[in-house]
Amino acid sequence: MGTYIPHTETEIAEMLAFLGLSSLDELFAAVPAALRLQRDLELAEGAEEPDVLALFDEYASANRARGDRLLCFAGGGSYDHEIPAVTRALAGRSEFVTSYTPYQPEVAQGVLQAIFEFQTLVARLSGLPVANASLYDGASATVEAVNLAAAATASQDIWVSEGIHPHWRQVLATCAAGTGHRLRTVTLTDGVTVWPDPLDGGGRPGALVVGYPNYLGCLEDLGAARAVCDQTGALLIVAADPVCAGILRSPGEWGADVVVGEGQPFGTSLGFGGPYLGLFSCTSALVRRLPGRLVGETVDVDGRRAYVSTLRAREQDIRREKATSNVCTNQTLMAVTAAIQLGWLGTSGLAELGWRCAQATRYLRDALLRLPGVTPYVDAPVVREFSVRTPVPAEVVIDRMADEGFLAGVGLGTAFADADDALLVAVTERRTRLEIDAYVAAFAKVAA
Amino acid sequence: MTAAGAGAGDRGNLPSTPGGQALSAPLLGRAEEPTLFEHSSPGRKAWSFRTTGIPELPREELVPSDHRRTAPVPVAEVSERDLVAHFTRLSHRQFSVDLGAYPLGSCTMKYNPKVCDAVAALPGLAGVHPAAPASLTQGWLRLLVDLEAALCEITGMAAATLQPAAGAAGELTGLLLMRAWHEARGDARHKVIIPDSAHGTNPASVTLGGYEVVTVPSDERGCVDMAALAGVLDEDVAGIMLTNPNTLGLFEEDIAAIAASVHRVGGLLYYDGANLNAILGLVRPGDMGFDIVHMNLHKTFATPHGGGGPGAGPVAVSERLVPFLPGPRPVRVGGGTDDPPVYGWSTPERSIGRMHSWHGNALVLARALAYLTLHGRDGLRSVAEIAVLNANWIRQRLSGTYDIPFDRPCMHEVVVSARNLRQPNGVRALDVAKRLLDKGFHSPTVYFPLIVEEALMIEPTETESPQTLEALASAFEAIAYEATSLPADTLTDAPHHTPVRRVDEARAARTLIPTFDARP
Repeated sequence: MGTYIPHTETEIAEMLAFLGLSSLDELFAAVPAALRLQRDLELAEGAEEPDVLALFDEYASANRARGDRLLCFAGGGSYDHEIPAVTRALAGRSEFVTSYTPYQPEVAQGVLQAIFEFQTLVARLSGLPVANASLYDGASATVEAVNLAAAATASQDIWVSEGIHPHWRQVLATCAAGTGHRLRTVTLTDGVTVWPDPLDGGGRPGALVVGYPNYLGCLEDLGAARAVCDQTGALLIVAADPVCAGILRSPGEWGADVVVGEGQPFGTSLGFGGPYLGLFSCTSALVRRLPGRLVGETVDVDGRRAYVSTLRAREQDIRREKATSNVCTNQTLMAVTAAIQLGWLGTSGLAELGWRCAQATRYLRDALLRLPGVTPYVDAPVVREFSVRTPVPAEVVIDRMADEGFLAGVGLGTAFADADDALLVAVTERRTRLEIDAYVAAFAKVAA
Repeated sequence: MTAAGAGAGDRGNLPSTPGGQALSAPLLGRAEEPTLFEHSSPGRKAWSFRTTGIPELPREELVPSDHRRTAPVPVAEVSERDLVAHFTRLSHRQFSVDLGAYPLGSCTMKYNPKVCDAVAALPGLAGVHPAAPASLTQGWLRLLVDLEAALCEITGMAAATLQPAAGAAGELTGLLLMRAWHEARGDARHKVIIPDSAHGTNPASVTLGGYEVVTVPSDERGCVDMAALAGVLDEDVAGIMLTNPNTLGLFEEDIAAIAASVHRVGGLLYYDGANLNAILGLVRPGDMGFDIVHMNLHKTFATPHGGGGPGAGPVAVSERLVPFLPGPRPVRVGGGTDDPPVYGWSTPERSIGRMHSWHGNALVLARALAYLTLHGRDGLRSVAEIAVLNANWIRQRLSGTYDIPFDRPCMHEVVVSARNLRQPNGVRALDVAKRLLDKGFHSPTVYFPLIVEEALMIEPTETESPQTLEALASAFEAIAYEATSLPADTLTDAPHHTPVRRVDEARAARTLIPTFDARP
């Protein structure tokens, strides 16, 4: 049995004697006997460490869709970007990994300053002045943005573009059962959102939620969304891909009030979907409604620069049922990881990353569309992800491509009507021309 | 009392050898660490990408001009060496479990086994795309199904969702399950009962679940006041949220009666698993009558807390709530005695829907299963027993020095009060907490639960040795001595030896500087 309890039998006996007890069982005298489990848990005996590693090697081996076996061309909110050794090494430092929420700032300056730097970077990417210390993932950031907007505008009518990640829209719907928000899905027309005319009986929404680029990789007209917001008083919530921030105008520049996103591309592994990183930034006007933790700069009693969790009166442990959010534990380690990864990318690398993805995406898209029977699913301009219709169902393509050594993409059939033959494909800076050419050759074979 | 830190062989016969005491932490000087942005030097770079050979098109052809950025996002321009130095220095300004004891009550800051990190780094787990079909991810599905089964056995429940990313997300999931269950019976209810000792996330989650909070007071023994509970129970009550042991570290002895009375009016019982560590393998929430249980894997099952996250907050439910669980759920779909099992996804009939972008914090879930496998049925029971032993040893040891409002055997944590230290120097719980930092320990949780004046909530956990407990208790005793016998500023100006001293929180809120760019 693996054990991390340091006590020897003698020490346990001495401690019990100090308490006037003769057995460990007596420590639980307050638990009514009728409630006590009268048997052992039906779990295996504890295992030795090497045996545990061997067991987990079995789990791992049973996954075919691992990056070292299938080359990843799947995206859809989860991307196979470069994670350099330096990011892994620094983010793995046990001071960051094994600390708790920074409740005692005097001994938590490391995490607090790293979060402060993360907030600065997220704000710069989004083009808005304030960012929080992270939320769970893209979906939870979107939920929090909608809750904020409904409270700020006193309108529970939320217009959500169909171009928002389908899973995020599902989480929005789940949470709306509690908050009572009325979600209206605004469908895509050839890949982009066409907003209802508020003057034409559209109603007065509290928020518009739109992707940039959206789930299909398409560039939305944020100017048009902003205009609807100006007409109605709604807040503009933009779910932005942070990797594209290096090459696209920022959502803040387009007039977003809140920018959310999935920060996984910055140094966090695919990890079967978690833990990821919810990004959240907003205008200064909304800062007192900000969900989750916020780190601010201040000084200590000696006048030295210091960092501390601030505007704490918004938070659940103080405001309780009147808090702006129930978030307590967030994804701090992923936020610190993103700060490290962005430091590694730097100003030039962030732009280079975006352009490399865009170049590779165009190269593959053009090549796939030259194959017989492969056509665009939508036509709107894309940046780093695109969708195609294939001659055979997308599920079949994915299945057969796995035998060729590729994770071909994400099928769109469950998210969109009449899209069983549509495949969403992403190419990151990690794919070479040789790999892409091999993908196209395999695709030609399996989709014939 | 005796002089500070004097030999304590007369109190429990334990040698006074510091264990998890971080007095030797390497703190080189007390200068500020500049931000990443101040380390920036134009033209420096660290990034390195693959040589791809992909032909390049002019950028105008890739992104339409109205969408194209005109100037790069300013990040920072540093070398890899600068980057390593900066974040390594930051790490030296950070307390952690690996550095020393972290008796932060309610947070269960136990040692995080390194083998669990190794498991989470396996390429066959970390490198798997979450949208890959079930046929390509059988290992992950099996892992999740195995974890769910173990969690259900530990809690005494029928099935669980692994999607919630943290305890608070688990709470909201549980409340939405409660709502869906009542609504399916055509029974709209409006109130959820919470004790006054509850964590703040409980009431905040109740509001998000669309319910109204009704608070019940604690009685003179620190448990739910049964008469007050009877007074608020009616058929508008959707349920009650309880932590057991509660936040005073006390077992709610009347739990069976509470369950019966809540069920009698058609309400459900929600178990906040923050304190599950105390009862592993000894008593199960399901056997106490709970219908919905969330667990904090980053507390009970030792997944590292990452400076504030990630966590994982799976929610287990009794049979009648299974059809409402979030989906899709990992399930066994085939295979038999002779064939290997086959796994897939299934969404319950009346599912409340999805609660996470994907399948939950999967690598945290893998770590937790590794921890459970290491410990097994025998090890988990020892975890609870020694956690409770350590807390009671601290309680007994400090009972002569600190006021203990509910002074009877506790479970995994003990709440002491610093109110007896207020005279003559005005010392408060916060001062005791800050002074403890000077002595090489993380502070306990302070001013919580709200019902105890000058509360210090101490949770040693089972992974701290008797020697560490001795050193911790000696530090508390020394502080009590300092509070009354040394100049006031020994405590009220503490900490004295940390990278920064007391920080001006009021100023941070008054003059908000949330980013480097907002600096004056």
